[in-house]
Parts: sequence; C-alpha cells; structure tokens
Amino acid sequence: MLAPLLEARNLKKTFSAPGGAFAIGAASGVPAVDGVSLELAAGETLAIVGESGSGKTTLARMLLRLIEPDSGELLVEGRDFLAARGSQLRALRREMQMVFQDPFASLDPRMRVGSIVGEPLEIHEPNLARAARRARVVEVLRAVGLAEDALARYPHEFSGGQRQRIGIARALVLRPRLVVADEPVSALDVSVGAQILELLQNLQRDFALTYLLISHSLPVVAQLATRIAVMQGGRIVETGAASQILNAPAHPYTQSLIAAIPALPAS
Amino acid sequence: MCVPVVRNPSYDVAMAPLIELRGLTVEIPTPAGWIRPVDDVSFVLETGESLGLVGESGSGKSMLALALMGLLPPGAKVRGEAWFSGANASSASRVNLLALGEREKIAVRGRDIAMIFQEPMTALNPVMRVGAQIAEAIRAHEPGISREEIHRRVLAALERAAVPEPAVRARQYPHQLSGGLRQRAMIAMALAGNDESAPRENGAGGKPRLLIADEPTTALDVTVQKQILELLAQLRRDLGLALLFITHDLGVVAQVADRIAVSYAGRIVETGPSREVLARPRHPYTAGLLRASPQLVRHKLEPIPGAVPALTALPPGCAFEPRCALRVPECAAAMPELRDAGPGHTARCILV
Ligand SMILES: Nc1ncnc2c1ncn2[C@@H]1O[C@H](COP(=O)(O)OP(=O)(O)OP(=O)(O)O)[C@@H](O)[C@H]1O
Ligand SMILES: Nc1ncnc2c1ncn2[C@@H]1O[C@H](COP(=O)(O)OP(=O)(O)O)[C@@H](O)[C@H]1O
Ligand code: SF4
Ligand SMILES: [Mg+2]
Ligand SMILES: [Mg+2]
Repeated sequence: MLAPLLEARNLKKTFSAPGGAFAIGAASGVPAVDGVSLELAAGETLAIVGESGSGKTTLARMLLRLIEPDSGELLVEGRDFLAARGSQLRALRREMQMVFQDPFASLDPRMRVGSIVGEPLEIHEPNLARAARRARVVEVLRAVGLAEDALARYPHEFSGGQRQRIGIARALVLRPRLVVADEPVSALDVSVGAQILELLQNLQRDFALTYLLISHSLPVVAQLATRIAVMQGGRIVETGAASQILNAPAHPYTQSLIAAIPALPAS
Repeated sequence: MCVPVVRNPSYDVAMAPLIELRGLTVEIPTPAGWIRPVDDVSFVLETGESLGLVGESGSGKSMLALALMGLLPPGAKVRGEAWFSGANASSASRVNLLALGEREKIAVRGRDIAMIFQEPMTALNPVMRVGAQIAEAIRAHEPGISREEIHRRVLAALERAAVPEPAVRARQYPHQLSGGLRQRAMIAMALAGNDESAPRENGAGGKPRLLIADEPTTALDVTVQKQILELLAQLRRDLGLALLFITHDLGVVAQVADRIAVSYAGRIVETGPSREVLARPRHPYTAGLLRASPQLVRHKLEPIPGAVPALTALPPGCAFEPRCALRVPECAAAMPELRDAGPGHTARCILV
C-alpha cells in the first residue's frame, strides 16, 4: 500500500510560559497540541475544525515544520520529515505551502504583487531566467483569476478577496502537492468568501492538490472537506468522512458544535 | 445653556413607533473625498421589536448605529431625522436623536438606548478592572450614588448578563476573560446605566427601551455565540427591549430578528419580515447572499461575482448593477426607489 502523503504520529507542543501573573491557558504550560495523530492521503481534503484556541493553527504549523514539535513523528510519503536537513528539507518544503487567514497582514505592503508571488521562485528556483519566472507568475495569477496588470501593483490596491487570491497564487507558484489553508475565508465577506471557496475547489481539480483546510466554521468546511477531524483542547476528539461527521456526529462536542450553528430557513 | 430638544408635539406618542428614521444620511470626509456610508435610510422599529440590519463590511451598518448614539467620528455630517419615543420620565413627546445637545445625548445614551460594540476588546479599557468600568458607566448617569449601592448594582449588572461568579469577575481585567465572558461584561456595562430595580430620581434609572448590538457575536465561536444570542433573547423578554441587531450572518439574523433590513453600499435595498425575506428574497443581492452562504449541507456554491463598490466610486444607477446577473440597461441609468414587494416588504430593484 502507498504511504500517505503526510502522516503525523502523536505530535505534542507546549509553549513555554512567557511569564506574568496573568498568564492563562496554554501560556502556563497546558499543551497547545496534545498528542495528535493523522494521515493525509494524496488528493483528499482533510478539514480540521474546532473552537478558537483548540490548537488548529499550532498543529498546521508543525505539519509544515514552521514550528518544531516537542515530540512525535512526521512522515512525508513514509520518509522522516523531522530528520530532513538542508537540500532534502528544502525539497520537501516546496511541496507543501500555506495560505493564511488574514489577507491584509500576510502580504508585504512594500512589495509589488509580481515580487510577492515570484519570491518563492527566486528562493527555490534561482536559476530560472527572468522571463521564465515572469511567465510562471502570470500563469498562476491567471489561475487564481487575476490579470497580468496585477504584477506592478501593491497589495493595498486590491480588495480583501483579491488579496486572498494573491496569497493563494504565492502558495501555488511552486506547484506544491499539499496546500494548508488556515481560515482562508474567515476574514472575508460572505459573497467574496464563496468566490474563494469555489476557486479552491477548481484549483484542486486542475492541479491535483491535496488540502488541509483549517476552519472554525463547519458550514465552510462542509463545502470542501472529504474528511473532517474535530479538535478540542489540543486533541482530535472525532475524525471521519465529512458526510458522517456532519450527519451523524458521535462525539458530544461535535454534536454541540453542529447544534450551535444558526440555520437559514428553507426557501 | 443647551440646545433645545427638537420635539414633535403633534404626534400621539402612545401610537408612535419606538424609533422612526427618516432619510438618515451620514457623510464622512476621507482622503479620497466625501463618502456617504449611510444614504437616505428610513425605517421604523416598534417597541419590543427586533430588527436585523444585514450587510457586508463597509456597507455602513456601524455608522448608522453610531449616528443613533451620537458617537459619529469628528467631521462627520448627519442629515435626516431619527425620532425616538422611548425617552423616560417627563418627556411626553418624541425627540429627534440627531438634534439633541451633547448633554442630552449623554443622558439618552446608556439610559434609554444601550449599545454593545463590535469588538469588546476595543470597547473595554484594558488597564481597568471590569467592575470599575461598570461602576463608571453607572456613575455617569447617577453621580450622587453611594459606594454600597454602586457595588450592588455592578454585581446585579454582571448577574443580569449571566456572568458566572460576578464578584470574582468584577475584580479581573478584560484580558483575563475569555471572548464570551468579555462580551457578557460588555452587555453588563451597556445595561448598567439602566437598572430597573434602582430607585428613580430625576428621571434616572428606569428601563432602557432599545439595545443596539453591533456584530456582538462575530468574533466568537458558535457555541459561545449561541449562549450570547440566548442571553439577548432573554433580556428582550425580561426588559421588553427593542433590539437593533447588526450582523453580516444571515443565519444569525434568521434566529434573532422579527424583521430584516438589508443594506448595500450605504442604502437599504430590502426590508421585510425576516422569514419572508429569507425564504422569498425580492432583491437580487439578498438572493445572491443567500446562495453564497455556506450551509451545513454541501451545495453548489454560487458566489456573487465582483466586489462591493468603493463608496468613493459608486456606479450611477443601482449600486448592485455591476454584479447583478439580472441587470437590464435601465438599471445603470438611475438609482431605483424602494418598491412595494408584498405586505411589509420592500425592495430597491426595478424588477419588483
Ligand atoms: N506562540 C505562542 N506562544 C504561546 N502560546 C501560544 C502560541 N501560539 C499559540 N499559543 C496557544 O496555544 C493554544 C492553541 O493556539 P492555536 O493558535 O493553535 O489555536 P487555533 O485553534 O488556531 O485558534 P483560532 O481559531 O483562534 O485561530 C492557545 O491556547 C494559544 O493561546
Ligand atoms: N472613523 C472613520 N472615519 C472615516 N471613515 C470611516 C470611519 N469609520 C468607518 N468609515 C468608513 O465608513 C464606511 C462604512 O463603515 P462602517 O459603518 O464601519 O461599515 P460596516 O459596519 O457596515 O462594516 C466605510 O467605507 C468605512 O471605511
Ligand atoms: S435594479 Fe437592476 S441591477 Fe439593480 S438589482 Fe435590480 S435588476 Fe439588478
Ligand atoms: Mg488559528
Ligand atoms: Mg461594523
């Protein structure tokens, strides 16, 4: 059997207390992620849902080795990701890219869009000729629905939804296999958020992407996920096929999350 | 010396709605020119009724609330009328909130009208204990009140907002509370200026008539949101409050509002009973928002193309025209008026 694209075994992370009498929650030594194991198969969309502070972002950052776990194992197609160094680590990293929650804070305001989207190419494919790099950037901008004239403009000239498209273009320019999207629509208006969700659907189909989708919103997750893992207090309390979690949640916490969603009246 | 209260003596107050807006318009100077985030807004809110004001960010929802509270940013210009018939004690007729003097505004705020703000962390003072902040809100309306009475009222306010262990929480700072507790502390503070059990002198005390809640649950998790919405429903029942609930979430509005007003680029584009509007929207923007809202059941998402226009570059006709799948050439010619779309239902669209 083929090894999963990404596998985590018993990941743990506790942030050291920054001190102060008012330190609460994880800051005083409660683990942010407390023994999480998961598998991600190529082509699927695994959604991590849970309330604020449940450890979703911390888990995602560990999966990409943006922060180091205290303990646990991380395998990419069966190879030890945590032991990877140097060129091997770089090669694995470019296969996995991240889209961030806040399209305003995550783009450097002093850089033009062409440089923002082209920067990963400069780092990972330094031998690429200027014209070829530009062609790759234009290609990926088109794929996310932005025209070539975006190249010379700055982030502040774009709306929230367009900035999220720029962030997605930057994540895709290296042609990764796995994209981790951390709350990709929670800062956007409903009408624009739906555009981004649809874009993510189309990009997955066109580029055979695997998604790890992080969200506090089950309705958002329901649009994309093939599988759902529910996090509470640093642990995964329930995991299963999306339809099963949404229609027949087994864990009381998942049940309470679903019961709390305000429903629209049927039209 | 203070500005005379503008009254409408010919009106029968007993029959008047609690709030009646007529052509409320707010203009704000920006580096790119004057913008009109609230443009000719008219609606009524009956005593005890709940109105949901829905719209995407930048559509002017907060500006409308701040205009009613007399808290607009400096330099803002306001026109139109906002008749309020909930004033306490002596006033036997309606007052125009927009024409009140500074002192009267302060008196109305917190006594007759209470407001919960969008972001509790910016509305609460981070370096002041929660109890002290509520005490300040009470003292602002009743300067002569005794220490013991204030203490009692602070605890009563926290209790009314369903804050567990009120005595403990009163001694804590805002950052020591979770998001949900912070929002409850905000509600306690908003309602503290009007403790119905308090002795009444000089028209002080008494019940608030209107609560304005500006996206009170947007920053909260769904389970906490549910608790806050239940708390608001209970306060409405117990105090007979009318509610102006501002949100961008159609599911939330379905739950809290008797009636809905949908705003787009500063204008109300649809109003009506909330069940009716959500089940049978008549404005293409409302219909589009409903189709674009993710729900628990997976459905083909139908996003609205494009984005909300900048208030500095509004199209000449219908503001939704550039994004509207149903547009016809005359939509771009002139802004449509609100048209009758059924019993108590209006929509600003030429197709109606
Ligand atoms: N750099 C850090 N230093 C200290 N504590 C941290 C740090 N990052 C996260 N935490 C804590 O770890 C816990 C999990 O945080 P995390 O950001 O992973 O939650 P989340 O599920 O992504 O929440 P949200 O939905 O609010 O984004 C929280 O208690 C948080 O306060
Ligand atoms: N203090 C301010 N000064 C100038 N413009 C403002 C201020 N606050 C809001 N605006 C502008 O007014 C418009 C409406 O804002 P707001 O009422 O906050 O919208 P909403 O609450 O619907 O998101 C926006 O264009 C916003 O940029
Ligand atoms: S007036 Fe025209 S453009 Fe505006 S919403 Fe109606 S059909 Fe669409
Ligand atoms: Mg997070
Ligand atoms: Mg607002």
